[in-house]
Amino acid sequence: MKVCDLVEKLNLKVFCGEQGINNEVVGAYTSDLLSDVMGNVDEGQVWITLQTHRNIMAIASLKEVAAIILVKGYKPEKAAIEQSNEEGIPILGTDMETFEASGTLFQLLNG
Amino acid sequence: MEFVYEVEGGDFTKAGNASSAVKKTLKQLNVNPKVVKRIVVALYEAEVNIVAHAYNGTIKVTINSEHIHIVLDDKGPGIPDIDLAMQEGYSTASSKVREMGFGAGMGLPNMKKNVDELNVSSEVDKGTTVEMITYL
Repeated sequence: MKVCDLVEKLNLKVFCGEQGINNEVVGAYTSDLLSDVMGNVDEGQVWITLQTHRNIMAIASLKEVAAIILVKGYKPEKAAIEQSNEEGIPILGTDMETFEASGTLFQLLNG
Repeated sequence: MEFVYEVEGGDFTKAGNASSAVKKTLKQLNVNPKVVKRIVVALYEAEVNIVAHAYNGTIKVTINSEHIHIVLDDKGPGIPDIDLAMQEGYSTASSKVREMGFGAGMGLPNMKKNVDELNVSSEVDKGTTVEMITYL
């Protein structure tokens, strides 16, 4: 499964980092605590969060995640958008709440 | 080989830049990707600690065929009780820092998990030194 498949199937908004739209997705991790994500997310996973500041991109880049999904209609801050475009790691968005977004993605990846 | 990076306290927009630079260097030197991944986790946590708590600091990375040795030296408030700071969940981070998703008290435990040797020494009102060694 690729990031573009998730975008299509979950009807996600693509805010930025479109060069990475064909990144391969191997799983996902849901958390808003940055150290928890730093310690536990794996390369190629999608990260689901409600954090929108620039530091999410620092972590996404260091951990080489496939994409970030912002929940509940949150939008990325400008500095995060800039780094997303530089790194080619897409930031996506959904109106779903975290539980629903995680559950839907889980079904899609494990279905 | 030795590399030195500067870290500015309080500036979260730059947090992770030094870790990113070290990651690039280690990759260029063909260090095992698994080793790079672990070091990056530990180093990012240590870098963010300087940003969140100290006034400024330096990161010195020394690499030879046997180990990767990283020393983070900061000028700052220091840590009065290191054993307490090492406990998962303990944090002195401000509410502003916590709102950003930092300050969960997982930084030092994350460092310990991801390097072979971790030494923390500190003097209150002067600063903290974190030494991390990974054997190759």
